[in-house]
Amino acid sequence: MAKKSFRQALNEALHSEMARDPSVIMMGEDLTGGAGAKGVKDAWGGPFGVTKGLLDAFGPERIRDTPISEAAFIGAAAGAALTGMRPIAEIMFVDFAGVCLDQIMNQAAKFRYMFGGRAKTPLVIRATYGAGSRSGSQHTQALYPIFTHIPGLKVVIPSNPYDAKGLLLQAIRDDDPVIFLEHKMLYDTVGEVPDASYTIPFGEARVVRDGKDVLIVAIGRMVGVAEEAARQLAADGISACVIDPRTTSPLDEDTLLEEAERIGRVVIVDEANPRCSVATDISALFADKCFDALKAPIKLVTAPHTPVPYAPNLEDAYVPTPDAVVKAAKSIARR
Amino acid sequence: MSGLQLPHDELVSVYRTMRMIRRFEERVMDEMSTGDIPGNTHLYAGQEASAVGVCLHLNEDDYISSTHRGHGHSIAKGVEIDGMMAELFGKASGTCGGKGGSQHIADIRKGMLGANGIVAAGAPITCGAALSAKLQGTRQVAVAFAGDGAMNEGVMSESFNLAKIWNLPIVFAIENNGFGEATANEHVSAGSFTRRAESFDIPAIEVDGTDVFAVYTAAGEAVERARNGGGPTMLHILVPRYYGHYSGDPDNYRTPEEKAAMRQERDCLVKFRKHVKEVSLLDTAELDAVDDAVEEEIDRAVAAARAAPLPQLSALLTDVYVKYL
Repeated sequence: MAKKSFRQALNEALHSEMARDPSVIMMGEDLTGGAGAKGVKDAWGGPFGVTKGLLDAFGPERIRDTPISEAAFIGAAAGAALTGMRPIAEIMFVDFAGVCLDQIMNQAAKFRYMFGGRAKTPLVIRATYGAGSRSGSQHTQALYPIFTHIPGLKVVIPSNPYDAKGLLLQAIRDDDPVIFLEHKMLYDTVGEVPDASYTIPFGEARVVRDGKDVLIVAIGRMVGVAEEAARQLAADGISACVIDPRTTSPLDEDTLLEEAERIGRVVIVDEANPRCSVATDISALFADKCFDALKAPIKLVTAPHTPVPYAPNLEDAYVPTPDAVVKAAKSIARR
Repeated sequence: MSGLQLPHDELVSVYRTMRMIRRFEERVMDEMSTGDIPGNTHLYAGQEASAVGVCLHLNEDDYISSTHRGHGHSIAKGVEIDGMMAELFGKASGTCGGKGGSQHIADIRKGMLGANGIVAAGAPITCGAALSAKLQGTRQVAVAFAGDGAMNEGVMSESFNLAKIWNLPIVFAIENNGFGEATANEHVSAGSFTRRAESFDIPAIEVDGTDVFAVYTAAGEAVERARNGGGPTMLHILVPRYYGHYSGDPDNYRTPEEKAAMRQERDCLVKFRKHVKEVSLLDTAELDAVDDAVEEEIDRAVAAARAAPLPQLSALLTDVYVKYL
């Protein structure tokens, strides 16, 4: 199987799905870059190069560079989804959801319910998320808890190139609105990705690594952090199981509960801020549904309750590290 | 009033729909007082000529979006009043199965993309519907109804911009009833709404929204432009709002005198009757018969809504997703 980057895996998914289904269109800021200018066309291929080459293949009617008007084009994408298209809209940084949250939260998410089940809204909103790029507080957040909270939305957070392609293909074919979050520090990571199209169902967690002493639950970029922690723990004779839920809505409660019950010791790693987060949500799931099987307190390793800082040393201290995960695991592994 | 000549049947239909909206709203206000319609509602009475004059140009598969004051637009677009009344009563037979209510009545089958509880939120959604039509080459047109209050939401200006740069088949029908909730428009709106649209090179037409023929003429130009690939138009439709902002609003910020004058001088139904009588298009008896028929239909809708079952409790959990787990 060919090795491909996370970026390339996403690009392949977009190419193949646009070729397969003429109702798939894309809109966002600088999806191509250089629109209306005299120089190079498709100059950026997206702010992170994910949409490179789509303009050439599918033209400007289907690959639409928008004004910097998130409320308008996310709303337009919702309206187009409601009326027969399968739009993929891109919010360059998920932080910008602040200016278009109404269209996501009050409109697209609720059409089907408010309209008594008569509407479907096959909309994908892609957005980058996450800290690590020295970009300060407004281009770096991990806002998936906000979307996970809202009924009507599905929330997908791939952690590796293989999942990125399969989950994006599923997102585009899905008939519900999907928030698809791409950690910008993962774009250059490489993994095996088949050339052919394949989908990964939502709500199916991946057991990244089996183990028996401690369960580490991690999503997005934190899966790699958890894997590194598991390697270090193994060197100390602690066997860690790592699970990546892959989607926070729907959440694969069955797999999480099965593993938590079997192992009895749990660490949850989450790059989001700690209050009302996916970490607290999964923790509550365990406390509610398998309390008797737990042998130690659930440990949460998260960002602090602060904005993302700019200074490199502060930002590095903000993001959960393998060391922090190892420390948390050790604090409960031998109790 | 303009001397516009509509065919006889269409004239009757125009009157019938305006009358239906008026009586629907008045009856809803009455039924609210019994306590059997839950919550609150925003009534469209007074503004009928706007919805009817615009929607006369639309086909069943054309799209509209509406505001929190959405009953009139729904009726004008052909949504069945039985379902609407049942929806207001929160019944299973409602347009949205009782899950939407007054503020979210939508009927995709009729191209009605939803009343909306968020001011101006329908504008970009309607741009999206217009984009669908354009990309699919269907010659459908999309109309975004919005109020004067919506003009001060940023997304309205964003939608004007998007509609123009993408040359979308859309009409922005801005109904200015003089009040955003309880605040006078002059107190909160700078400049001119038509000039705002014109600054995007969107043609704007200001029209008396109590004259259904004037609305019909202006909307005709706008819809034709959209259907023929000429892009967006903004209609600035001046209308009276007969009730307060919502059904529980004492409306004491308007004087009794101005409210009385509004009803005397700016009633679209009275004006219509006067005009068609003057030019001998329809006789009074024919219009009276329409009134009676409307009354019967509304009586039936209310009786059916009252008798209809509430939604099953299981409906609480359905229709959130097409498929979740």
